[in-house]
Amino acid sequence: MTEVEETLKRIQSHKGVIGTMVVNAEGIPIRTTLDNSTTVQYAGLLHQLTIKAKSTIRDIDPQNDLTFLRIRSKKHEIMVAPDKEYLLIVIQNPCE
Amino acid sequence: MATLSQPLLFGQAGSGSAGALATDGAASAEGPWRPGPLQDETLGVASVPSQWRGIQGVRGETKSCQTTSIATAEAGTQARKCTDAQVQTEAPVPPAPPAPRPDAPGLLAFLRRVEPAVTRELSRNWQSHAFDGFEVTWTEPQQTVTCLHTLGYPPAQEQGLHVTSVSWNATGSVLACAYGRLDDGDWSTLRSYVCAWNLDRRGLHPRQPWAVVEVPSATMCLAFHPTQPSQIAGGLYSGEVLLWDLGRPEDPLLWRTGLTEDSHADPVCQVAWLPEAGRGPCSRLLSAAPDGKVLLWQGGGAGGLQLREGFALVLQQLPRSARLKKPPRGETEVGATAVALSSFDPSLFILGTEGGFPLKCSLAAEEAALARMPSSVPLRAPVRFAFSPHGGPVYSVSCSPFHRNLFLSAGTDGHVHLYSMLQAQPLASLRLSPQYLFAVRWSPVRPLVFAAASGEGDVQLFDLQRSSQKPAVSVEQTQDGSPVYCLEFNSQQPQLLAAGDAQGAVKVWRLSSAFTEQGPRETEDLDLLAAEVAT
Repeated sequence: MTEVEETLKRIQSHKGVIGTMVVNAEGIPIRTTLDNSTTVQYAGLLHQLTIKAKSTIRDIDPQNDLTFLRIRSKKHEIMVAPDKEYLLIVIQNPCE
Repeated sequence: MATLSQPLLFGQAGSGSAGALATDGAASAEGPWRPGPLQDETLGVASVPSQWRGIQGVRGETKSCQTTSIATAEAGTQARKCTDAQVQTEAPVPPAPPAPRPDAPGLLAFLRRVEPAVTRELSRNWQSHAFDGFEVTWTEPQQTVTCLHTLGYPPAQEQGLHVTSVSWNATGSVLACAYGRLDDGDWSTLRSYVCAWNLDRRGLHPRQPWAVVEVPSATMCLAFHPTQPSQIAGGLYSGEVLLWDLGRPEDPLLWRTGLTEDSHADPVCQVAWLPEAGRGPCSRLLSAAPDGKVLLWQGGGAGGLQLREGFALVLQQLPRSARLKKPPRGETEVGATAVALSSFDPSLFILGTEGGFPLKCSLAAEEAALARMPSSVPLRAPVRFAFSPHGGPVYSVSCSPFHRNLFLSAGTDGHVHLYSMLQAQPLASLRLSPQYLFAVRWSPVRPLVFAAASGEGDVQLFDLQRSSQKPAVSVEQTQDGSPVYCLEFNSQQPQLLAAGDAQGAVKVWRLSSAFTEQGPRETEDLDLLAAEVAT
């Protein structure tokens, strides 16, 4: 197992984690632990949202930048770690 | 013998014609292509009598033959040796691990960079209680269940007709109701009506339907087409099934079964459209009646339907305890009173019966029904499983839209039973009313909510998350306590619930937000409920 897989497995083994995926700069998923259609949906939508959030932060203050994105919903917590080439998306259940 | 005599015969017969042959030969000798001078020639006539037949006749003999008689013998064989052999497949060789995909450049570096931050946030989020009890109100919360409209058709109400069925159309904006009578068992020639109101149209007049269809017999049930917003199917007291197009007010009737041997012999208790199977516009309609027949009609050309498959409930498939004590009248063995389709398995449906026991049935059943009912298609016996009975006839069944194994049934004993398809005993039995229960329906949006219509004139809303014993809300539909016969949730606008009663009125209720918004852990709770199957 490569180090990439090991890292993803470590993240996936955290409490409450439902799915983990890595998306490239074009919004195409390259690693996932979820099924195909869910992955494609999450990847496409969160990729757009991250770009939008990043440009919002940059428009407010050009010296600032987006470092992390957390979305709290009724059912899940979605975390996005952005980078210039990839996005790491983790979907977690909220605590009991 | 014959070969010997032949040359002799030819020698005698040929002598007469020998001259003619000779002259022919002489003419041809001068040269085959030079014609000689033409002249008449008379040839002698020679006749050759056949003697072959005579000889054959003389030589004929009579013989007879006989095949030997067929010899038969019986013998028994028995293999004497038995051998046991054991085989063992080899332990499966694990498939070669897929060649590790070449990691995209920079992926590892990226993961190393973000892992600590993500790990920290994941564990912090799991322990955090920051959002506990935090509710966002995106829409104006609706605190109470209120009556939006009271709809009715005065000519039908003057005749004392009841609302026997309500149905929302595919877009959720048109509500149709059927008028009929449920309290007299007589055959009648009473005219009845199917009325429809468009709730989204401006200038809605509650006493004046947008469409009225006159029907020659009492209408017992209605169902809008799942995709065609103006098409609606109805079942009559006479056993007929009709299809109307409400978009054509001058001639709404599209198709009717007529009273043939293929139609039902008893009032149609429910019609239900099967979900479209993705093979183009192929509509299929299921109708059930207390004559024990369940018929499947399929869309043909010209908007009509034709009988495609027939099912009959027969005693051969039922457990002895579930059989009725009274002798079967005529060909009726078990009467169906309600039908509900599973939203997970397209071939599965639940039937409510007069005997009070719900039945799990399959459209894919192959077994022929041993019934003497006349029909143009072979009737099959669909029953797969019988559940433990109610105290009286079942009037309504409803399959959960969120769990493949759960369904509800309600009947004359005033109880609602929550069944799992996996066991005969109900998971829960709730006594809702000392009177009859006429309808029960799951909410299309909240997995743990259902509504029931009672004979005391109220509509009860249950939230199993809050209490499994008493209704969360009970609203009074009729002032004088006359029964509520039907109710239907609107799947497009989940805050709307329509209920029809014995006074001939249909009320449209607006549900409070508690009944339309799914809680965070509701699906899991439903799974837990379904998992309570006795082991």
